[in-house]
Amino acid sequence: MRIKIKNARVSPNSEARDVYVNNGLIEGFNLDGTFDLEIDASNFLLSPALIDPHAHLREPGQEVKEDLQSGLSAAVAGGFGTVVCMPNTKPVIDDPEILRSLIAKAEKLGLARLLPSAALTRGQEGKLLADAAALKAAGAVMLTDDGRTNEDAGVLRRGLEYAHALGLVVSVHAEDASLRGDGVMNEGEVSERLGLPGNPAAAEAARIARDLEICAVTGARLHIQHLSTARGLQLVRDAKTRGVNVTCEVGPHHLTLTDSKLETFDALYKVAPPLRLQSDCDALLAGLVDGTVDCIGTDHAPHTKAEKEQDLLEAPFGIANIELAFPLLYTHFVATGKLSLEKLLELMTTGGAKVLGIGEPKLEAGMPADLVLLDLNTKKIVDPASFKTKANFGSPWAGQELTGWAAKTIVRGQVVFDASSS
Amino acid sequence: MKHLLDFQDWDRTSLEGMLETTQIMAEVLDRPVKKVPALQGFTVCTAFFENSTRTRLSFELAARRMSADVLTFTASTSSTTKGESLKDTLETLEQMKIDLFVIRHSASGAAHLASRWTDARIINAGDGRRAHPTQALLDAYTLKQHFGKLEGLEIAIVGDVKHSRVARSNADLLVKLGAKVRLCGPATLLPKELEQPGVRVTTNLQEALEGANAVMALRLQLERMSTGYIPSLPEYQQTYQVNFKNLKHAAPDAIIMHPGPMNRDVELEGNLADSSRSVILKQVENGLPVRMAVLYHLLVGKK
Amino acid sequence: MPELEFKARLLEPDDIRRAVSRIAHEIVERNKGAHDLAVVGVHTRGIPLADRIAARISELEGISVPSGKLDITLYRDDLSEVGLQPLVRRTEVPFDVASRRIVMVDDVFYTGRTARAGLDALIDLGRPANIQLAVLVDRGHRELPIRADYVGKNIPTSKSEVIKVKLLETDGEDAVELWEVRA
Repeated sequence: MRIKIKNARVSPNSEARDVYVNNGLIEGFNLDGTFDLEIDASNFLLSPALIDPHAHLREPGQEVKEDLQSGLSAAVAGGFGTVVCMPNTKPVIDDPEILRSLIAKAEKLGLARLLPSAALTRGQEGKLLADAAALKAAGAVMLTDDGRTNEDAGVLRRGLEYAHALGLVVSVHAEDASLRGDGVMNEGEVSERLGLPGNPAAAEAARIARDLEICAVTGARLHIQHLSTARGLQLVRDAKTRGVNVTCEVGPHHLTLTDSKLETFDALYKVAPPLRLQSDCDALLAGLVDGTVDCIGTDHAPHTKAEKEQDLLEAPFGIANIELAFPLLYTHFVATGKLSLEKLLELMTTGGAKVLGIGEPKLEAGMPADLVLLDLNTKKIVDPASFKTKANFGSPWAGQELTGWAAKTIVRGQVVFDASSS
Repeated sequence: MKHLLDFQDWDRTSLEGMLETTQIMAEVLDRPVKKVPALQGFTVCTAFFENSTRTRLSFELAARRMSADVLTFTASTSSTTKGESLKDTLETLEQMKIDLFVIRHSASGAAHLASRWTDARIINAGDGRRAHPTQALLDAYTLKQHFGKLEGLEIAIVGDVKHSRVARSNADLLVKLGAKVRLCGPATLLPKELEQPGVRVTTNLQEALEGANAVMALRLQLERMSTGYIPSLPEYQQTYQVNFKNLKHAAPDAIIMHPGPMNRDVELEGNLADSSRSVILKQVENGLPVRMAVLYHLLVGKK
Repeated sequence: MPELEFKARLLEPDDIRRAVSRIAHEIVERNKGAHDLAVVGVHTRGIPLADRIAARISELEGISVPSGKLDITLYRDDLSEVGLQPLVRRTEVPFDVASRRIVMVDDVFYTGRTARAGLDALIDLGRPANIQLAVLVDRGHRELPIRADYVGKNIPTSKSEVIKVKLLETDGEDAVELWEVRA
């Protein structure tokens, strides 16, 4: 299959070129010859497909929430060509067999590329290390106990050392469980007024501080997931200045929503770590701009309607957002001049690739043809009913008008998402 | 107003109107026939997902005094223990043509959610730590009955403020009605974020009681010791028990209140609770007319 | 609220004074005095009328006749139907109704539903020896088998008409007016 992408621009003001895709690779620019498919990119922006280092696709075991088919369909609809899925499934992904079967299934689906992470400890119980070498050989790109917190610092230290020797990054959900307690939202004026158990910003900051010390002493690669607080970000910034081998990500919801949303008592807004204050959102945005934040991780975490239609104590944590990540960040920050388009694309493509230690995507001949055409002009109202994710019953952003929707997503040289036909 | 979930959307005039109706309902209860036909044709369902027999009985008697039909749903005898959600339960019950649900639930916000899920009226009979509006109304009514007014009164609320829906609802309501509130308790049980115009927060009991017209002691859940909020019962009694000794700091005619059920001699000296300073039994008595008034206000005129 | 059009002034202050006086005389005559008698006015305009009747009887008989206030809202038979919430007012009957002869007073006698509610409300206060009904205006159209014992003035009306009673105590003047609902 040879595709000609006509009049493609990589930035709004760059020169338009015809990009040729053949055999799953970028063949070259402004070439001649026949093609099977021509795509007119005049109204779009061409970028390497987006990379999400953090999504919960729920397979195996929780297919009622999401499965590879629905989750990866949602990913490509959001412009993502590569997704790292989290291992907090049922059973936990701590076994090479599960990894191999997931990867095989995803290959067959032919949607976004699936790069699974695997558990750092057996059963994510935080006690015994999982067989990291075997997991890496089976395709794991990251080790993490995400979904849980690593309460035993000694275990985390040994896990980091072991993973580092294998060249694997370890990512952590950095919250001190005892400080978090039974908190279901950010601890502060809103939680106290609403009488909901609060989770203080200090739970995140304290755990990040501990983990940065462990990271520094091991020299291993530590990735801090879903930063939510200004203080946590500042700790990472300081550590990076000292040369600590740490990276971090921020999720779209922590940049665009605050804890005041919990006044609706709607569990759509229940997420871990919790939505914080506007000052935290602002600090995280500054972290995107100044490079402290390495990448956007969606932490796409779908649940069923029935689960999310419970009270705030009972409902599970998580927001389904992979289809909205780019439009949200583009509309809120790029269109408003707070963040450059180049920076956002970097955070959502090369940023994640660097964290994972996989090849950085480039628009060059010979590179894999994982591409996205982004429509930066068309306005569309967020309608959860049109989501590909199984969590299509509601969204914190339902009704918002966004721009920056993926028009077409190409993975391995195949069109895997086409907005005009879906 | 369609629902009584908390006091956020209620203005002073309608709240004062509610207290006036309460007075009329109290007069009904003084008559030989303690019942009126006002709510004939209405069906009220008490849906208690958290146990509270006293509150439930008070609501049910209030509804019966008003001649409404009453249905009782309690979680222990129901399907919620078999995994049916709050939403499913309410939707099922609503098929029985319920006009009003009285909801008690352990989660803050449950009553709000219920108001979105059914067309029936909702009275929040206590949701988590958040609100217990009829308790606050009966406290306000008791205070008004005793002092003749609320404007300018200083009310001290002492104890486990953090976990108390009674404290939150009273602070909201009493301030709206012109009184001032001091919230007091050990630092671990006293969120400083509750400080707002009209509400002062202090860990110092003497400071909280200074010149107070009424002192409300809150129930101390004994599990607060095992979860590490307070060191020990003797230490709590020593520092935060409301008793004859520290009541000297309050106004000479200060009254004692307690939302019940009381841990005698823990948060409140037993003899003080039994003394002429105490209006605790009055509070219980006033629960009925307040709930009758709320039922009238939410149901009549709904069509 | 439907728009109303003024049609006629039916009673002047003197007519009302004479009607009240005549009702008072009839009450005394029928009850052979004012012993054990009490008057209860139905909110709103029954109350000043009851006070006037009680005062006139006291004048005639030389003994004090107690007067009370009755709110029938909680006894209305249409509370599950109404769209607007009626204000509940206080019932103040400062005497024991048991074994007394009670004259219930209202301004306008129409369907009889208010009187029915009033009877129930009164009976719930105790067990009177008997209850009699006095009204300033009877405009007909009864929906219940109830009749008044004392009528100030019979005024046949159509259902589209409205009787407005104005009293000094509540409205600043004494008058009875006929209005019509505009089609």
